[in-house]
Amino acid sequence: MTPKLKAADFQPQLRRLERRLFLRSGLSLGALTLLTGCNLQDGDTVDRVLWAMSRFNDRVQAALFNSNALAPTYAASDITKPYPFNAFYGEDDAPEIDAATWKLDISGAVQDRTPWDLARLRALPQESQITRHICIEGWSAIGQWSGVPLHALLKQIGADTRARYVGFKCADRYYSSIDMATALHPQTVLALDFLGQQLPTEFGFPLRLRVPTKLGFKSPKHIAAMFVTNDYPGGYWEDQGYNWFSGS
Amino acid sequence: MADGAGTGTVRGTVRGTVRVHALIVRVTHWVNAFALTCMVMSGWQIYNATPLFGFRFPAWATLGGWLGGAIAWHLAALWLLVVNGLVYVGYGLLSRHFRRSFLPISAGRVFADTRDALRFRLAHKAGSYNAVQRLFYVGVLFLLVLAVLSGFALWKPVQLHALAALFGGYEVARRVHFVAMAGIVGFVVVHLALVVVVPRTLVSMITGRARIVLEPSK
Ligand code: HEM
Repeated sequence: MTPKLKAADFQPQLRRLERRLFLRSGLSLGALTLLTGCNLQDGDTVDRVLWAMSRFNDRVQAALFNSNALAPTYAASDITKPYPFNAFYGEDDAPEIDAATWKLDISGAVQDRTPWDLARLRALPQESQITRHICIEGWSAIGQWSGVPLHALLKQIGADTRARYVGFKCADRYYSSIDMATALHPQTVLALDFLGQQLPTEFGFPLRLRVPTKLGFKSPKHIAAMFVTNDYPGGYWEDQGYNWFSGS
Repeated sequence: MADGAGTGTVRGTVRGTVRVHALIVRVTHWVNAFALTCMVMSGWQIYNATPLFGFRFPAWATLGGWLGGAIAWHLAALWLLVVNGLVYVGYGLLSRHFRRSFLPISAGRVFADTRDALRFRLAHKAGSYNAVQRLFYVGVLFLLVLAVLSGFALWKPVQLHALAALFGGYEVARRVHFVAMAGIVGFVVVHLALVVVVPRTLVSMITGRARIVLEPSK
């Protein structure tokens, strides 16, 4: 004989179960608000997971990177005016640099470490492009940059192009680094000019990198030194948590 | 849909439970709820870095603490959202769950069910969706696909420039991404309100089963 099962007998239990499940989902939402404190700065477990995912995204982006894919270019009439200033300091604090004494120092896995002055850089073949600068903050602006293609300079100094990174140190304490594949991309230039004129102070005089296949913070301004290396050089924002590859 | 079990008679009525949600649907539903919450809250923090419109989201509703933290959350949770979504959509297509549960959606039924719903006469039938629900669920699936595609266009406007061009470029993709987010959040608000009205649906989405009242038996 099978005992008769009465659903009504289970009503109170079911109601209690419902209440418990409600409470539990409330608790997990509470747990999520605890997570909102995780910000890549204090090294707890969640931060370590986020850093690991950021390294994973570096590898995804390196695999997705196509040396032949060009960033879209625009007409002179598309250029954004006025062009926005952005740095980790205010516009008035951009470093004043003396063109006569400035030199680009070269180090790392290269054959020729002779520093470069502006005249020698200007004597190299120049490349001009009108591209969109996309900022990690979400805004974008179109500008025109001209200068030495980075691959041409790397060739001039006999850089080991099998090395992994090209790093930059700047006069404003900024620093950053990019992968070799991007350094050799045809649109990656060491810019001397903005809108056909020598770079103004606020936009990186005398030399800035311009990488239209990466977010804006990967294009350091006021460059003082360049090096080729296999040791991960990081960057000013990258060391605080911005994704290192940050490709577009 | 309803492979019933555990039936019994109570005063001439057969009662029992039916399975209304497959295990895979329940697991992907809750993983999606978590991933989506992360995407929305970190997205709001990213939005706050350069507000597109004239307002900011309150800090308590955001995730990541600062722009770098928010982007780290957004680009990590994205993989959970996408992989989980692929499992769900793959199951929905292969098992014919989508076809059985979401189709057909006819304008006439949507109209009739909306009218009943507004008069509070639309009953919740366990294991079967009414036309308004079908439209809502298919609609939010569409918005999720739109959010993911416009997200990839924002992330890779050069490497995936064909996708970005499909949206009309980076700046338009940004607005599409925002509108998709707004639509999804709108869905979630209504969805949660209905769960409060019919709380037993929450139990079903966890246990997979719903109680039903079958034909009266003599
Ligand atoms: C349903 C899922 C998603 C929601 C609700 C969501 C929400 C948001 C929101 C609200 C923003 C800020 C928009 C702005 O400031 O203009 C944002 C930004 C962003 N989202 Fe998503 N998103 C989702 C999925 C994705 C996916 C799958 C990706 C793929 C990579 C993605 C990539 C991005 C990127 C790159 C940005 C930043 C753009 C910037 O730098 O301002 N999102 N998201």
